[in-house]
Amino acid sequence: MTNSTPMRIPVVQRILSANDQVAAQNRARLQGSGITTVNIMSSPGAGKTTLLLSTIEALGKARAIGVIEGDVASQVDADKIAAAGVPVVQINTGGGCHLDAPMVRQALDALPLETLDFLFVENVGNLICPVEFDLGQSYNIALLSVPEGHDKPYKYPGIFEAVDLVVVTKLDLLPYLDFDLELFRELVAGLNPDAPVLPLSATTGDGMEAWISWLMAAQGKAA
Amino acid sequence: MHELAVTENILKIAVEHGQRAGAGRITAIHLVIGGLSGFVDDAIQFNFDLLTPGTLAEGAQLHFQRIPARLRCRQCDTVFEPDGIDWRCPECDALAGEVIAGKEFFVESIEIV
Repeated sequence: MTNSTPMRIPVVQRILSANDQVAAQNRARLQGSGITTVNIMSSPGAGKTTLLLSTIEALGKARAIGVIEGDVASQVDADKIAAAGVPVVQINTGGGCHLDAPMVRQALDALPLETLDFLFVENVGNLICPVEFDLGQSYNIALLSVPEGHDKPYKYPGIFEAVDLVVVTKLDLLPYLDFDLELFRELVAGLNPDAPVLPLSATTGDGMEAWISWLMAAQGKAA
Repeated sequence: MHELAVTENILKIAVEHGQRAGAGRITAIHLVIGGLSGFVDDAIQFNFDLLTPGTLAEGAQLHFQRIPARLRCRQCDTVFEPDGIDWRCPECDALAGEVIAGKEFFVESIEIV
């Protein structure tokens, strides 16, 4: 061909390094403001927004809460949170299946960070992609609702392996569905012995105390 | 779903390193992708072909080095490669795998002329 033989140049750079850098900046900014940030991941319809509304009701007087709502489209979740009286920013990913650190950085500019104790980031409903993208959170948590079935750790091990806490939602539906809570606990413990499993119903309030206690302990650790 | 943004990152990293090395052209990009990273070769190649015309990496060949997922069973210590999404231990059937390898996702090197 030509006299120019290709020369191999070593690179060894993580493909998501740009995201990771912004995530590190977000983390420094949030920690600098004394904020405990919780990235909430689950399938669509597992009850992320409902859990947030109940959390705001239970904790909103004692702690200043802010919310980032990630959705492919629409403002409906942010409207519900805003109606509960806490600052909220809606991110629409426009088809994107997850939030990334630059999106969160932009949302942080629109939140009163100096006044907040907790920031909840409701990720796009999806059990696969969100876990790949660091946002700058203090904690990752996964929600799994009772109707989804106890077998999900077999199908989506990546998310259960990566989170700090697993919340089982819609516990009030347990009597009507074939969900083996003990088996689910075993499966999660197998993948991730460090992650507690907290079953709750945001509708009846059953189990909410343990969740609020976990948040308070998390805040203590993050501070 | 998100391979377009990922491919943009790959291109950006390659072009930065190519420019720094004074490349006239990038002829190949070597990627290392772990089996658990959740990214699909074909989708990356497809997006790459859309993104590269007019860049330093136009016409560059993508090479994928796949690192298989490897888990260590916390019950019996067996190290194994899971069969797809089935993470159960082939020896004791426990779903108790600790990830040892498979999350890699980086640009290993580029070839330039």
